[in-house]
Amino acid sequence: MKEKAVLEMKNIHKSFPGVRALQAVDFTLCEGEVHALMGENGAGKSTLIKVLTGVYSKDEGEIYLKGHEKAVAIRSPQDAQNLGISTVYQEITLCPNLSVAENMFIGRTKGMGVNWKSMNKMADEILTSLDIPAKSTQQLASCSIAVQQMVAIARAVDMDCKVLILDEPTSSLDEQEVAKLFKLMRDLKSRGVGIVFVKHFLDQVYEICDKITVLRDGQLVGEYEIENLPRVQLVSKMLGKDFDDTSEIKDDSLTYKGEDASEKIFEAESLRSNAGIKPFDFYIKKGEVNGFTGLLGSGRSESVRAIFGADRVVGGTVKKNGKEVKIKKPIDAMKQGIAYLPEDRKRDGIVGDLSVRENIVLALQVLQGFFKPFSKKAQYEFADEYIKLLDIKTASADTPIKSLSGGNQQKVILARWLLTHPEYLILDEPTRGIDIGTKVEIQKLVLKLASEGMSVTFISSETDEMLRTCSRLIVMRDRKVVGEISGDDMNQTKIMSTIAGGGRDDAE
Amino acid sequence: MTQNKVEKKTTASGLFGRLFRHQLFIPIAALLLLVIFNLIMDPAFFAIRMEINNAGNNVLLGSLVTILDSGSELAILAIGMTLVTSACGGQDISVGANIAIAGSVMLRIICGEDARAEEVSVGIVIVAFLVAALVAMLFGAFNGLLVAHFNIQPMVATLILYTAGRHIAAWVNNNTLPKINDTSFGYIGGYIPGIPIPTPIFIAIACMALIALVLKFTALGLYTQAIGVNENSSRLNGINPKAIKILSFVILGLCVAVAAFIKVGRNTTINYSGVAKDIEMDAILAVALGGNALGGGRFNMGASILGAYVIQFLTTTLYACNVESSELPAYKAVVVIILVIMSAPVVRDKLKDVGKKLKSKKNVEVKEVG
Repeated sequence: MKEKAVLEMKNIHKSFPGVRALQAVDFTLCEGEVHALMGENGAGKSTLIKVLTGVYSKDEGEIYLKGHEKAVAIRSPQDAQNLGISTVYQEITLCPNLSVAENMFIGRTKGMGVNWKSMNKMADEILTSLDIPAKSTQQLASCSIAVQQMVAIARAVDMDCKVLILDEPTSSLDEQEVAKLFKLMRDLKSRGVGIVFVKHFLDQVYEICDKITVLRDGQLVGEYEIENLPRVQLVSKMLGKDFDDTSEIKDDSLTYKGEDASEKIFEAESLRSNAGIKPFDFYIKKGEVNGFTGLLGSGRSESVRAIFGADRVVGGTVKKNGKEVKIKKPIDAMKQGIAYLPEDRKRDGIVGDLSVRENIVLALQVLQGFFKPFSKKAQYEFADEYIKLLDIKTASADTPIKSLSGGNQQKVILARWLLTHPEYLILDEPTRGIDIGTKVEIQKLVLKLASEGMSVTFISSETDEMLRTCSRLIVMRDRKVVGEISGDDMNQTKIMSTIAGGGRDDAE
Repeated sequence: MTQNKVEKKTTASGLFGRLFRHQLFIPIAALLLLVIFNLIMDPAFFAIRMEINNAGNNVLLGSLVTILDSGSELAILAIGMTLVTSACGGQDISVGANIAIAGSVMLRIICGEDARAEEVSVGIVIVAFLVAALVAMLFGAFNGLLVAHFNIQPMVATLILYTAGRHIAAWVNNNTLPKINDTSFGYIGGYIPGIPIPTPIFIAIACMALIALVLKFTALGLYTQAIGVNENSSRLNGINPKAIKILSFVILGLCVAVAAFIKVGRNTTINYSGVAKDIEMDAILAVALGGNALGGGRFNMGASILGAYVIQFLTTTLYACNVESSELPAYKAVVVIILVIMSAPVVRDKLKDVGKKLKSKKNVEVKEVG
């Protein structure tokens, strides 16, 4: 083992039926460093982490930990935890119906009894020290997703770990929360904890990390010191292509401005749902891409949910192609040619145990009706067509969707809605937690669809992504529409100042 | 070279894995074990003979016929129970009680006030069945409503009817014991003259054909599984989860009515506290034995039905071994424990590993000795 290394993984192999997920991958983590693990969808990042945390058993290879003479055997997440390897996953894996304190200490109490008082007190101390806005006795589900994520991190941090793995930890955090997390990471770093950081957002990687290990197609591309690896090169290593400049991803033909002359395809007036947003007006034109922007919890998701009828609509009028229609529940919206890709992929998007094929045909089947099921043959045709069209990486159309990587799951959901040939497509955070390559693909797809006449509402936490795709932005703050930006005003500064408004710019 | 090697290895372990993981593995393995057991104990178990029964009909007799005959109710109930399990992630434990109600309603209509029916017309039997079906489906809808709208755990929701059902059944007939004396009514639970196969088998086959058609010509299967796996996401795809959940209970209600029809046909009377006693447990077991997750989601209808017949096979085998009917549950429990453990994912994974090890035994041998 190298000096200062806390963790060394050597020659790791892992195969799944039909897919070789990892081939001879090495990974070394040193004391007190933040090490980014980068790669495209299906590059093997998640698999490597799951091998390390005992979720999967490796086919070949050794794992060495500091303080252990021989290679360690990690057969279960419990083993990993006992060896001082803690993980915070991309999707929150806590128990929403338990309290914050219970979540932080679950599975770690010694003996049979629980001293609730001291447990809650300890939890509160940790929460305060990390500046997390939650009470120990609060039910976890009542916290925002961001806070839930931070509780997960607090749990991991408190477990006195030597190796901390953060798998897409910042996906649902806003900037201030990310800053807090980074502060925490630096603090841990100085205490000698090795941190593995998996993240697709380059800015954050370059801000916090010391080293980068790049994987591609299950193989190791290399390990690099961050200062020796400019972004452009990182991207090209991840994609396995040569890129002149990252600006190429940003700028090429991606900017599209909606035609002003075309008619409004969808209009809402003082639309209101039971999710607690202020009534708002909204319209979208044919072939236009617009977006809702604002901080986390500003009500951007709730707005599109109201449009789709995902939350209960309690007021307002809605017009489709100039004609008044009633949209009370999702099926009403679907019949009007509206499609909605939800923000929380795991909870609202995928139907985990069902196959890719079934997930793809689901929405169209519902539109077609209960008494007109598609034949198996037709289902395979649809599925194969879209697997090819969107380049979905799956062993077969019969693979359960839950075994796909995040980006590919998202593509399946996208395929599901594209199959219904909607006139108006709502995408709420379609690029969250997926790799750069797929992000760009999705952005390009959005613009292509718009150029073919589809109207798209696009929501993303990354403003530059919205600037690239949208021709008009609706800005929200505190569950209220506070402004609209289009044309020459479309730039970061203007968005920031509109979001910030009168200075009350805190997200909940 | 290396590539070839890797691929070979994955397919080898894949084959083993697939065999052990296949949903039909456990019920078929259980069936084979029972067959082997009976072959050793008494090969005559499998003999089927043609005899003239006491009604003067030439009929098929033998343990296999008995299994198919008396497994009919269970197989029919397994159909409905599978759908309820899949959509709601829970089970209906009021099935037996609901059978008592449906059977009681049938007898009430056929026998009328005086609780005796000497001559029964086909018309009144049909009416009686339809009314009983309606009643059973309404009780099913009631259960479904509690589950879908009030979010009550299915077992808790159906506990109400489980407790009250048999009393309701007695109340329907003023606690008298109605009796149908027309021999032709017995054809339903016995043999139709000239046909050597018991009628319940035909009824069960008809029900299986019906559910196969429903699953083929409606999207019920996809909707039910989608809701069982992820209700949120199903709703956002335009499915109405509440309606489908209630529908699953209503379908189970219909299955209950058919099972009650067979039961009444067999007995030509009813024992309110004894009819179809504990059948719900066997129905749930059939679903579990078929490898379906009791927490809802994916289901395999064929596997559930097969599971039902395996359970009946077991019961008949135990009877053949002269086990007293009062001791039967104890024996059954032992077998059930084994079966359920066998079908647990943990054990299946272990079996898979064993398969892998057998493959690479040569390599491992040296190490293991050391």
